[in-house]
Amino acid sequence: MKRIVTWFLSTLTVLVLLFGYHTSTSGPVGGSSSIVGSPAPSSSSGGTGSGDTAGTGTAKGASTVTGPSVSTEWGPVQVALAVTDGTITRVTVPVYPNGNHKDQEINAYALPILIDETIQAQGASIDMVSGATVTSNGYLQSLQAALDEAHL
Amino acid sequence: MSLPEVRRVEHVMGMPVTLVLRGRHAGSAAGAAAWSAVMDSLREADRVFSTYRDDSEISRLRAGTLTHDLASPEVIEVLTLCEAARIVSGGAFDAWRTGADGDRVLDPSGAVKGWAVERATRLLDGLDETDSCLSAGGDMVCRTRAGGSPGWSIGIEDPREPSQVLARLQITDGAVATSGTAHRGEHLVDARTGRAPTGVASVTVATGSLTWADIDATAAYTHGPAAAEWLATRVDRTALVVWSDGTTTAVRTPQAAPAA
Repeated sequence: MKRIVTWFLSTLTVLVLLFGYHTSTSGPVGGSSSIVGSPAPSSSSGGTGSGDTAGTGTAKGASTVTGPSVSTEWGPVQVALAVTDGTITRVTVPVYPNGNHKDQEINAYALPILIDETIQAQGASIDMVSGATVTSNGYLQSLQAALDEAHL
Repeated sequence: MSLPEVRRVEHVMGMPVTLVLRGRHAGSAAGAAAWSAVMDSLREADRVFSTYRDDSEISRLRAGTLTHDLASPEVIEVLTLCEAARIVSGGAFDAWRTGADGDRVLDPSGAVKGWAVERATRLLDGLDETDSCLSAGGDMVCRTRAGGSPGWSIGIEDPREPSQVLARLQITDGAVATSGTAHRGEHLVDARTGRAPTGVASVTVATGSLTWADIDATAAYTHGPAAAEWLATRVDRTALVVWSDGTTTAVRTPQAAPAA
C-alpha cells in the first residue's frame, strides 16, 4: 500500500513537470498550480490504466486529477476530478464506456427468483438473508441473526 | 448436509458481518486467518471512507484538509464508480447530495459497502474446496467451490415484515444486494429530487459483482415507481422489486449480446 502511494505521488510529480508549461500558460500567474495525476495503479481491481492523462488548470487554485480506470460491464471507465481550492467542483469522464459488454470475472448463475409467501426461513433450507441494510443495533432482531444463531 | 460449516459474525462499519465457510477450510487455520484478513480489509475501508469519522479521507476531502490529488487510489476508484453509477442511473444515484445549506456534499457511501465487501472476498481466494458467503448488513457475495455443494440459498426479506422471507434465490457464484427502508427509515433519496422515493418498499438485485448489485439496488430503489423499468435496461441481472402495497415484480435480464 505504501509503495503504491509512493508510486502515485512520484507519478504526480513527474506529470506536474511534464504539464508545467501548459498549465503555467493557461492558468493565471501566481497563486495557482495545476496538478495532473495519471491513472493510478489499480491495486486490486484488475483495472488497466491507459496512458492518457487530461490536464486542465484554468481557474484559481484549480487542478485536475485523473482517476484509475475501473472496470464496469461496459468496459473501462475513467474520470477526471476538477478540484478548486481542495474541493471537487466537477467530475468529467475522459474514458467513457463504449457500451460493449465485458464478461465479468464471475457470473451470477442465479436461477429465477422463487416467490413464495409461505417460506419459513428456519424451516426451509435458507442459508442467508438479503434485506435492507441491517445495522448493528438492529441485528439481534433480524432474521439473519436467527439464522446465524441456529448455525453457530 | 455432509459439508462441514463454520459461521462467524462480527460488527464493522456499523453493520453485522457474517462469513460462512463450507468445506475443506471450515474450521481450518487458513479459514480463520482469511476471516481476520477480511475483517481487517473492511475496517480499513471504514477508516478511509466513513462519513462518521472526522479523520477518514472522505471527511477530510469534505473539510478541505485533504486535496484530491493526494487521495488514495482507492478513493479515486470509488469516486470513479460513483460517476459511472450516476451516468447509468440517469442521475438517480449520485455521490453528491445537496446539503442543508445548499452546498453539494460528497457522500459515496452508496457505493462503498458493495465495493469494500467485494474487495474483501478476494482474500478468500486461497481457500480451495471451500464455499463461502460473506454478508455485510444483508448484502453478500457467494462462492461455490466444494465438490458436491448445493450452492447457496438466499432468502429475500419481506420489507413489510422483516422477520419473514418472501422469496428465495439460489446462487452458485454471484452477489445479492437489497436496498430499502425496512431497518433504517427513509435515508435513501432520489438525487434528482432530494426526496424519498414512493411506491417501492425494497429492491433486491443479483449479479456477478456486489459492487454493481449494491449500486443497482440503490439506483433502482431511488427510481421509485420506475424501479422495475430501469432494472430491465441493465445487463445480466436477476432482481425483485417489492412494491409498497406488497405486490412484487421479478426482473431477469440477459447478458448483452457480443458487440457486433
